[in-house]
Amino acid sequence: MTTQPEGNGTPHSGRPLHGVNVLDFCWVAVGPMTTKYLGEYGATVVRVESVKRPGTLRRAAPFKDGISGLNRSAYFASYNANKMGITVDMRHPRAHELMLRMARWAHLVTENFTPGTMESWELGFDQLKAVNPSIVMFSTSMMGRGGPMERQPGFGPVLSSLVGLTSLTGWPDRDPVNPYGAYTDFIVPRFAVAAILAGLDRSRRTGEGIHIDMSQLETALHFSAPVLLDYFVNGREQSRMGNRDPGAAPHGAFPCSGDDRWVAVGCFSDVHWEGLQRTIAPDGSGWPYNPNFDTLLGRKGNEDELDRLLSNWTSSWEPGALMETLQSAGVPAGMVNDCRDLFDDAQLQHRGHFQWLDHPEIGPYATDTSEMIFSLSPGSLDTPAPLLGEHNSHVLKNLIGLTDEEYKSLEDDGVLE
Amino acid sequence: MPSAQPGIDFLLSPYRVLDLTDDRGLLCGKILADLGADVLQIEPPGGSPARDIGPFYGDDPRPEKSLFWWAYAANKRSITLNLEQIDGRALLKKLVAEADFLIESFAPGYLENLGLSYEHLASINPKLVMVSITPFGQDGPYSNYQASDIVGMALGGFMYLTGDDDRAPVRISFPHFYLHGSAAGATAAMLAHTYRVTTGQGQYVDVSCQQAVAKTLAHAPQIWDIEGAILKRMGVYRQTSGENRVRINWPCKDGYVNYMVQGGSVAYSTRALLAWAKEDGLDVADLETIGWEELGYGAITPELMDQLGGPLGEFFKGHTRAELVQGSLDRRILLFPVATPAALQGHPQLEARGYFKAMEHPELGTTVKYPGAFIKSGDGGDIAGLYRRPPLIGEHNAEVFQGELGLSRTEIESLKRSGVI
Repeated sequence: MTTQPEGNGTPHSGRPLHGVNVLDFCWVAVGPMTTKYLGEYGATVVRVESVKRPGTLRRAAPFKDGISGLNRSAYFASYNANKMGITVDMRHPRAHELMLRMARWAHLVTENFTPGTMESWELGFDQLKAVNPSIVMFSTSMMGRGGPMERQPGFGPVLSSLVGLTSLTGWPDRDPVNPYGAYTDFIVPRFAVAAILAGLDRSRRTGEGIHIDMSQLETALHFSAPVLLDYFVNGREQSRMGNRDPGAAPHGAFPCSGDDRWVAVGCFSDVHWEGLQRTIAPDGSGWPYNPNFDTLLGRKGNEDELDRLLSNWTSSWEPGALMETLQSAGVPAGMVNDCRDLFDDAQLQHRGHFQWLDHPEIGPYATDTSEMIFSLSPGSLDTPAPLLGEHNSHVLKNLIGLTDEEYKSLEDDGVLE
Repeated sequence: MPSAQPGIDFLLSPYRVLDLTDDRGLLCGKILADLGADVLQIEPPGGSPARDIGPFYGDDPRPEKSLFWWAYAANKRSITLNLEQIDGRALLKKLVAEADFLIESFAPGYLENLGLSYEHLASINPKLVMVSITPFGQDGPYSNYQASDIVGMALGGFMYLTGDDDRAPVRISFPHFYLHGSAAGATAAMLAHTYRVTTGQGQYVDVSCQQAVAKTLAHAPQIWDIEGAILKRMGVYRQTSGENRVRINWPCKDGYVNYMVQGGSVAYSTRALLAWAKEDGLDVADLETIGWEELGYGAITPELMDQLGGPLGEFFKGHTRAELVQGSLDRRILLFPVATPAALQGHPQLEARGYFKAMEHPELGTTVKYPGAFIKSGDGGDIAGLYRRPPLIGEHNAEVFQGELGLSRTEIESLKRSGVI
């Protein structure tokens, strides 16, 4: 029988999820980012991996010194900080019983396989609930469970296209482009953590377990809901506009000095525009004072010319200096940070966005912390991602109480591979 | 607690949220409301500025017809309160005494200047969880910067990686900067709630939208950290390793599709596509002799990509998106549509799962279809979702101020006359 953490009215110095045990079958990106939050805020997260079929991210660049190896991927290491790892051959006949023992220990089981995979191992929600009535199971897949396309395979960036975000990205005179990376993988996890914690709350209140099924398609559609409504009620299909915005001009990314350096600027109000005018032409004369540009409608009507003149002016500026100068004049402006800039960004540094962990094979590596600062129970990233199978002995003996003999027999039988 | 959500028993049904956010934070309360919480949207008299954001129902730009508002205020109730008046603040404090969460997206320092900082509110209700969503966080060098979507997507590192390599970086043409921070606000609220459940203590959480965007970059920051390389945007291509990139986005007869040439374990998909192109009469003989099965991920060189581009481009242009999608399902080809809203409307999987929800808008005499629940229970049951159309301005003033706080009609009349509600 598991014990759920319960309120006793006394503050503890721990993190919010102190005492929450997570049996984590997640892989690739969307699942591991979700359970990284859980680990960062104090849950005990045990990832189940396979020696025979190591996960995609363990085989993904960048690798330490460019040399591939299952314990050398900084991609994997970043998304799996603060977790422990065990290896189990799920096709071994004894794996099932071992996982049920883990399920008795767990408050939460997470997985993002194609629907049906957990059931094929007889570890579906009904089986988990039979051994642990209050368990919360979280399943997420591209399209959700049930329906004609539940098992459709995919690859990284396609979900951005399926949800309609690709058609909203790029230049109107060119082909649309996918938003960078497997973009929806990084939209879904915040909905996922909120839903998981809501599920744990209900389980704590009612003593009853629950199975949460999250379709990544359905979740990501909330990031374009007004665009969908525009089609449903007005019949309008919105499309990509480059960097234009109907409520602002100028609005875009403008070139700065150096190779591929840019600053983003958006003038939504008279105050913004007047700040820009003053900065470009402090003496109150010159092109910014062309009457064609006096009003928003005037600037929108002559936006190509405005963009050309502004680009000409920005291109002699260093982007950081221009951002500061424009901001001090009250103009919304920001450097287009590349990934090196992110590490140098004064605000991200102020918030401790990147943290370095020391990994036995990679050495010190950067990972991002959460975007939230808690007044009372901060999160922290303390341990690097697990080596493959690193915590087999600790988890199975110390957390679920296998004897030395039981452990050795599993090892000898090839279960822990 | 009143039965704010009649007939539903979702995950967060016992809890109440006071939502003071504008367009920069609306999604946070929407997520909690979808999970079942009773979310009171507190608008200034005259309505939230988020109601000015288009598009509008029937292109009629009125505050009660903003589709942006509809999308992110559905499920909430609305009351109006002028926090810049003493009576408005007094009523807010009464609500705080009974609330579980308060979320806000004002500029840093605004609520404190009104005597409504977390410390003030916690003295009324020590169990309160308060979440602030701002572009850069409550303090630090950018905390008073002017932000907008494009500024945030730039500073978060997203734009540099998105767009064609011979032009300026681009944002997504629908603003996402604040949505990332707002969704993180819901995560933050639930983490703080979990701590409250075990300790009895509320707390304050400060969320940064810039950080939330910087967490969408996959392994790009690690590529700088580990390899000292700066990843660049690649338009319709995707980097697979080093100098190697494959095209993923292709124009077809009536739109676009995503298709990524791959070998190794998915060589079958490439072979099936080549076979189809051959049926179309395209010359792909050279391509068929390539040992796709032996080409691992990232092994497709720029030269090979050039060789593929011609015939594949021609093949895709000869078919409609629907033909390509159906044919790919039949032939086991990993090809996907670049969907537009029209394609989503009749999407077979969304239809089968009953995703879109029709909500009645009696004030307009019409019914509108909305995106539905982001979770279901494993057996298909409803544990979250849509149950109330977006509120009119102050629609629930009477039931909250009279029904709950016990104000008399005369008192409400006075508050109305003095511009408090």
